[in-house]
Amino acid sequence: MPEPDVQYRPLTPAEEARRRKRSVAIALALGAWVLLFFVLTIVKLGPQILSRPL
Amino acid sequence: MTSLTNSIGPDVPAPALSAAGGDVPDYFALLKPRVMVLVIFTALVGMVVSQGHVQPAIGAISLLAIAIGAGASGCLNMWWDADIDAVMSRTATRPIPSGRITSEEALGFGLFLSVASVLVLGLTANWLAAGLLAFTIVFYAVIYSMWLKRATAQNIVIGGAAGALPPVIGQAVVTGSVGIESLILFAIIFIWTPPHFWALALIKADEYARAGIPMMPNVAGPASTRRQIVWYSLFLAPLGLAPVALGFGGLLYAVIGLVGGLGMIAFSIRVLRNNEGEAEKRAAMGMFGFSILYLFALFSALLAEQSFGLFRPVLG
Repeated sequence: MPEPDVQYRPLTPAEEARRRKRSVAIALALGAWVLLFFVLTIVKLGPQILSRPL
Repeated sequence: MTSLTNSIGPDVPAPALSAAGGDVPDYFALLKPRVMVLVIFTALVGMVVSQGHVQPAIGAISLLAIAIGAGASGCLNMWWDADIDAVMSRTATRPIPSGRITSEEALGFGLFLSVASVLVLGLTANWLAAGLLAFTIVFYAVIYSMWLKRATAQNIVIGGAAGALPPVIGQAVVTGSVGIESLILFAIIFIWTPPHFWALALIKADEYARAGIPMMPNVAGPASTRRQIVWYSLFLAPLGLAPVALGFGGLLYAVIGLVGGLGMIAFSIRVLRNNEGEAEKRAAMGMFGFSILYLFALFSALLAEQSFGLFRPVLG
């Protein structure tokens, strides 16, 4: 299927600033998500999980 | 570098805000933060009245998941109700009707957070709690928002179950089961909801009528609604003392429950007697405000008694 011939307009400075803030918020949320699962793993399994015999 | 946004041609005046996405606070507003605070509070009380113990980190992460689940259901509610919100003064400035966020963005955001919150709660606490959270989200977003709200004057009576479930989820987090304590708290919030919302609906009846929402004052009339507010308050006052009878509400709770229950009855009678002009509005707003204070005081008393050693048994 041929690509539709669409044109895009540039973002205004205000829109770019909002997009930057959204990106930072998403990055922070992802970091918090990873931290949450790390804490959850440690709490549920305990620190000894790392020193078990392999 | 040229930034690209959506496929709007250069000659087409673009709705700039919605085309480029909202600001971070707009997404936060989609989660109904005030409702989230109430949900965290009532779920926490459901946890502390439970006969059990939960590791603090597990409890905190569970509360976070419950709050995000509640926020997700609020987001889905805003997605579905954007047409109604646009014609009501109280809700017209919300992110979707004001054009700051598109419906599609809100739907994706709400669905993602719904699934994520349920999964996190299941992995953190247990799958009963996660199942109850999923049920709450579906009940609020689908049963209440998509069906009951536009179909029956009993919308907020039945739909109130969604707002009443957080203490039950809280107890499920701690004990892995549902006990009488959280079911009593569920019943209190459930019976509290109609007089609370109908007081507001009495004042906003015109707006609800314009939006086509069959709230009780629009369907049964203001007089019938006022009588029902009194009946619900008469039932709520003794129900509010049930934790005392069951032994998990102490002396502090009993005093607050008794005074607050009598206050609810007094405010409801004031609503019944004042049915015209400014007096009607003042009475309804008084009922609305006091009902919030009443529920907050009841749950705060339980929290204080169980968490700060203030519990003094009333019976036995």
